[in-house]
Amino acid sequence: MDKGFKGGILAIVTMDKDKVTGGGCPVFLAVDQKEQEKLGLFLARILDGIVHDLENGVYFICRH
Amino acid sequence: MERYAVAIVVGIAAGFLDRLIMLRSDYRFYPTYPHGYLTHLALGFIAAGLGAVAIPAIAKPDYVAVTFLALAAQQFREIRNMERETLSKLEESKLIPRGPDYIEGIARVFEARNYLVILTAMASSAVAYWWRWEYAIIAAFLCIVFSTKLMGGSYIGEIAQVEKGEISFDASILKVNDVIIMNVGLTETRKKIMREGMGIIIKPRDDNARLTLDAPGQRMAIIHDVVSILGSKVDVSETELRPLARKQVDKGYLALFLVANEPDLEYLMEIIKRVPVIESTRGTTLKSFFGRKAAD
Repeated sequence: MDKGFKGGILAIVTMDKDKVTGGGCPVFLAVDQKEQEKLGLFLARILDGIVHDLENGVYFICRH
Repeated sequence: MERYAVAIVVGIAAGFLDRLIMLRSDYRFYPTYPHGYLTHLALGFIAAGLGAVAIPAIAKPDYVAVTFLALAAQQFREIRNMERETLSKLEESKLIPRGPDYIEGIARVFEARNYLVILTAMASSAVAYWWRWEYAIIAAFLCIVFSTKLMGGSYIGEIAQVEKGEISFDASILKVNDVIIMNVGLTETRKKIMREGMGIIIKPRDDNARLTLDAPGQRMAIIHDVVSILGSKVDVSETELRPLARKQVDKGYLALFLVANEPDLEYLMEIIKRVPVIESTRGTTLKSFFGRKAAD
């Protein structure tokens, strides 16, 4: 199903705000891994996206 | 009964029977709706009628009638458009789409079947007109056998080996054997994939098969067929467990990943082997001179 905007980053969830910079995309700060996973899951469901892990403590949500 | 009447009746009966036999319906074959059946049987009847009157019209001779027949045959082109439009519209609301290649293949087959019906009806009515109607039954039988043989294309099982694959995670990267499938972020999702996921390796037998499996349209067809039997754990807004087929770029084989409602690996392999090779994606490199040279 076509859901419009594809390929771009919809949201970023991170525990370390120094790892992300720049604009265009909302960044959510989590206090621990548990919260990060939960935020990622919620955002992915709401935004119709998938959570990806950059393996440096940064998760982002993207629609494919 | 008049000779031409016998020929026409035999022709129509043979053509209609041919269409009925070719209108199989299982998980792969559209339509699965009663109204779709009716539409195609009605068109098949018209096609049979067209084929059946052709020979008596030529023999009479009524060349104007024959010209009109040629015009009427053009109408069957519309069938392809009709099927394509219906299936493309339905595609928009599908979680796992068939893909444009598969739809085009189905639409072409529907058009071609009607031409086969015309041929069957024409051959049977010709035999009934010039010889005896008893012989026409034999001719009709041969034509129907010929039609079903002609419509049966090749399958994935004939061009590729289907084997079990091992699912593993390299940190966040999901792999089936050595083929990277995707990046999975959430720990829960990774655990679920390790518990319930299935991996399959599809190894092409030659260079033609490799090109066929390369085509995204063919991969979509494989996934669609698999999902329409075994189900998938994909929902609206929950697309993380979407089945995927990715290529080992260096070696050219395909890896398929699936989280199914019915996790049965043996049947999954059997289903993949029975997926039709889509006409528009079929690789033909070995038919070309340089393709053959490069292959060795």
